Amino acid sequence: MTAPAHQLPAQAATVAAPQQPRRRRRRDESRRGIVWRTIVAVVVTIVVVFPLYWMLVVAFSPRGEIFEPGLRLWPSTFTLENFEKILDRYPVLGWFGNSLVIGVFVMVLTTALNLLAGYAFARLRFRGRTAIFLLALSTMMIPVQAIMVAQFRLVVDLGVYGTYWGVILPGAAAAFGIFLARQFFLSIPDELVEAARLDGAGHLRIFLQIVLPLSRPLIAVLLLLTFLGSWNDFAWPLIALKENELFTLPVGLLYLKGQTTPDYNAIMAMALISVLPMVLLFLFFQRYFVQGFARSGIR
Amino acid sequence: MVGWAFLAPNLVLMIGFLFVPIVLAVQLSFQETRGFGDPQWVGLANYRTMVEDPDFWRSLANTILFTAVTVPIELAAGLGLAVLMNSALPARGLLRTLLVLPMVVSGVASAMIAVILFYESNGLVNKVLETLGLDRVGWQSEGAPAMVSVILVAIWLRLGFNMVIYLAGLQSIEPELYEAARIDGASRWQQLRSITVPLLGPSTFFLLIMNVIASFQVFDVIFVMTGGGPSGATSVLVTYAYRNGFQIREQGYGAALGIVILLITLVFTFVQWRTSRTRDLAG
Repeated sequence: MTAPAHQLPAQAATVAAPQQPRRRRRRDESRRGIVWRTIVAVVVTIVVVFPLYWMLVVAFSPRGEIFEPGLRLWPSTFTLENFEKILDRYPVLGWFGNSLVIGVFVMVLTTALNLLAGYAFARLRFRGRTAIFLLALSTMMIPVQAIMVAQFRLVVDLGVYGTYWGVILPGAAAAFGIFLARQFFLSIPDELVEAARLDGAGHLRIFLQIVLPLSRPLIAVLLLLTFLGSWNDFAWPLIALKENELFTLPVGLLYLKGQTTPDYNAIMAMALISVLPMVLLFLFFQRYFVQGFARSGIR
Repeated sequence: MVGWAFLAPNLVLMIGFLFVPIVLAVQLSFQETRGFGDPQWVGLANYRTMVEDPDFWRSLANTILFTAVTVPIELAAGLGLAVLMNSALPARGLLRTLLVLPMVVSGVASAMIAVILFYESNGLVNKVLETLGLDRVGWQSEGAPAMVSVILVAIWLRLGFNMVIYLAGLQSIEPELYEAARIDGASRWQQLRSITVPLLGPSTFFLLIMNVIASFQVFDVIFVMTGGGPSGATSVLVTYAYRNGFQIREQGYGAALGIVILLITLVFTFVQWRTSRTRDLAG
């Protein structure tokens, strides 16, 4: 009696003893886990964001200050002189306007054409559909830089070298949106389309009045991504534009660096002007941006 | 008929500005175009020049090196960050937003910021190294550091994209799987290896292709930061093709380099496509 009675609590203790500390240990571990994860996440985020912070610092610092000896992580005096200087000396507002006009044209043209093509691939049956679809797919594998010399000569021959159209037309020849559109349209219920057909609506009407109104998230994603792509494009505008009044912001940025004594404070002010619209757009439409990228991945 | 009508506008642009230029590029690659005279047919001369051109081989080797270093880091770091950002964290939304932010910054602007950070004589990176008691690094005058600096910028630009795709992939994994694994006593590391990584296969495959193609075609970062220098140390195929086509103005040779870039891209894509198909069949 005594033995088991003696044993029982002991047993209970040996069973319970590891259990309780283990539970506590797990809670401690998970709390410590969160602390460690937070530290890592914050450090990585600071490193990732730092270059953008540095752009701000240089853009608002007095000329040359960042290259003076000594470690300084913020401006001694906050100045707007770099912005005044570039606005005064270079056609920055014109460059901004060029980027905007080209971006809007590419965005509207590409999105409209991709939506139309996506509808055809998702909803219409015709001979050669699969072959053309594969052909369009293959264009995404063509590196633009591989054919840039030939594209350049073509643009010259067409007489659009050095104009907006010389940048817009090759820029709009993109298939990326077709696949997103096709996937999206495949998910629209057949009944809706069939009902409209029975009522005698043609495909253009179905497309415009039924499919498009259901596709607002898709359209938003396509507009955002094509605008971003055009706004940040560099290689092609560099090739297709010649007069500096027609430059886009990235080409203008390079032009500033090419001056005999590059003024890095002015260059950062200019970089900030070119980056800010996209950052604001991103912050406002973050969900769409991220979805658009994510969805293009799960294709 | 209706189908073709819907496709026509897009097809016209694609044929006009993608397929016609490919044909033109092939034709141009067999021609000599230096100077202002008419182009002359020279057969395979441009390709023969290429085989004997040490700058071509160097640019090809640099392209492969650049790709081989950036892609695995982008994948691994993207996955690591996605797992981190998918776990319980304070201010997770804000951290995610900040990490994805570089994705919307243009290559030129990032390269400009990097030029200032890596400025050799008195840039911030060298000042920090000095403060830590280390030697300054010749980011502009020495080949290896110059390559390291462009690689860092490329990774910075693409990390957010990798993280977003992996985050989307992670959210499609059933939480029950992890619960079952935890009950079986699997450690976090085992869970990552036997659940997360295999189930993220499609995301990894997509990112692999996107990253390789992006690295293979990197242009703005290198063009702005180093211009391919010092003495060719960061020259890659695309910057070399641009140099020949538009700076030296040997358009025939530039076009031939473009055809090689195109062929390598197609071979890579084809191999990837084949291996992914067999993987699908096997699975």
